[in-house]
Amino acid sequence: MSYDVFAHFVKMGGTVFFTGFFVLTIIYALWPKNKARFERAAQLPLLDDDHPEV
Amino acid sequence: MTSNIRKTYFKEDDSLIVIGLILVLGFIWSLFAAHPTDAPGMIYPTLEMHGFMMMGAFLIGIIAIVFKLSDGLPKFDQGEYQDDVIKAGVIATTFWGIAGMLVGLIIACQLTWPNIFYFESLPWTNFGRLRPLHTSAVIFAFGGNALIATSFYVVQRTCRTRLAGGMWPWFVFWGYQLFIVLAATGYLTGVTQSREYAEPEWYVDIWLTIVWVAYLLVFLCTLAKRKEPHIYVANWFYLAFIITVAILHLVNNMALPTGPFDAKSYSLFSGVQDAMTQWWYGHNAVGFFLTAGFLAIMYYFIPKRANRPIWSYKLSIVHFWAVIFIYIWAGPHHLHFTALPQWTQTLGMAFSIMLWMPSWGGMINGLMTLQGAWDKLRTDPVLRMLVVSVAFYGMATFEGPLMSIRYVNALSHYTEWTIGHVHSGALGWNGFVTFGALYCMVPWLWKKKEVYSLRLVEWHFWLATIGILFYITSMWVAGIMEGLMWRAYNDLGFLEYAFIETVSAKHISYVVRALGGGLFLAGTLIMAFNLRMTVKGKGGAESLEGDVPLAKKPVIPTAQPILVGE
Repeated sequence: MSYDVFAHFVKMGGTVFFTGFFVLTIIYALWPKNKARFERAAQLPLLDDDHPEV
Repeated sequence: MTSNIRKTYFKEDDSLIVIGLILVLGFIWSLFAAHPTDAPGMIYPTLEMHGFMMMGAFLIGIIAIVFKLSDGLPKFDQGEYQDDVIKAGVIATTFWGIAGMLVGLIIACQLTWPNIFYFESLPWTNFGRLRPLHTSAVIFAFGGNALIATSFYVVQRTCRTRLAGGMWPWFVFWGYQLFIVLAATGYLTGVTQSREYAEPEWYVDIWLTIVWVAYLLVFLCTLAKRKEPHIYVANWFYLAFIITVAILHLVNNMALPTGPFDAKSYSLFSGVQDAMTQWWYGHNAVGFFLTAGFLAIMYYFIPKRANRPIWSYKLSIVHFWAVIFIYIWAGPHHLHFTALPQWTQTLGMAFSIMLWMPSWGGMINGLMTLQGAWDKLRTDPVLRMLVVSVAFYGMATFEGPLMSIRYVNALSHYTEWTIGHVHSGALGWNGFVTFGALYCMVPWLWKKKEVYSLRLVEWHFWLATIGILFYITSMWVAGIMEGLMWRAYNDLGFLEYAFIETVSAKHISYVVRALGGGLFLAGTLIMAFNLRMTVKGKGGAESLEGDVPLAKKPVIPTAQPILVGE
């Protein structure tokens, strides 16, 4: 594989991969089913006790 | 879950035996290393000093383990958090912070008054040796201890489980201190592989690798036994920091030592690949050590102190993945106008500009968490410190992309502007968020109502803030001035200024910078005093007896908590 072919593959592949991953992240973050989970998670630092659960 | 019906059980732990074996192996190696050798013509510094230091450290460790094991295997109460190692981390953070900032002040004075602060008979005080000591002391000793201590604190609380690994967290703590001491003494005596932020020689690198893998395993195993189903976003940031730093460290330090007991190695990279590797490492030390790790501190301590949930958890997810994916490509902006291919420079520049968005996502999330609690900024200097740190984060992450643009970089590179930029990040963001976390954690860990004196926190806050402002404004002036002087031509096409003229023109700026650094250090000393008095239970630091979930109780009353703003 020549350098140019390789570089082209990496550039295109990188662009598709990053854009795809970013879109997936946004879908995951905005997915309606996750809403309740994330709202609870946002409160996590405020929920902790002075002792671990055993 | 409440403490009175809490069921405790004790678990035996055999981690000390494995730790002991590692120390014995290290001891045997250091026996050979400490043997004075006649290296060819004594070109390189020998390993003798570090050999003896490691021999001593490993021996102390082995003796401590033998004493501990003589009472049988240690037992751990799973119904209590492992807080002792965090307390040690808090003390180490404060100590190394003072040490690192003091060295910074000394080298600032050396640049300002070279005739006074140049000691001919003490070669180890030379600027060239003290400068890497300063950068490593503040980044890895101060920042690193802060990250290890807060990560142990946060992962336990947000997973509601005791730290995993028995005595391994202690190995991580003491192993990391040994790494710091070996690195620092190496720089002073000329043992260095001359890679920015990665100067320690190969054997120190191997030791850090062992410590870091132990750290990663302690963190992962604690996550694995969590009682809280969701992994809180701060832990994601900590994990990204630990894993990426491990990868960066391994790749950047690939080197071949000249012998198994020599203090000298050669990098496997050379030429422009070497430069690229170094700045791939160097910029991600900023991105993952000083950004991802400290964002984790922000994501726990700001909501906790403000008693408010994170403004938008969705934003935290999106900006986490964006930061992680983009930062790793930004390194080439350190190599504009070099032998690096132009497309690589452009790639680094483009990714640096893209970084602005996720960086400000983090800033917005941190600041907006105060929604409904803005009044606390007036009354609570600790929270103000945390919030100002986020403001400096926003400022430094705006300035950074700007400076990465090739034609801005043509002016700013190699000038004091860069020094000003890293210090607005390091002092303003990393320093302040660490101070804020320490002021929070010390009363929580030592079960006190509040810190010894909030007035002293005010003093710390204002001294440090004014110090930073002196620092960065003087460096802006000096940097832009010298950048313009370097590129000034006269009518005949010759350079207008000799290099030494650009140096002497910076003298006033250097004086202001040293003053700013002195103010910042003064603030840190006040903090150390305040924290010590807090531990002693003086002033406002009344002892809280019994099982008080004190971190839950805000000291400063505010309005009712609100739900996540959507």
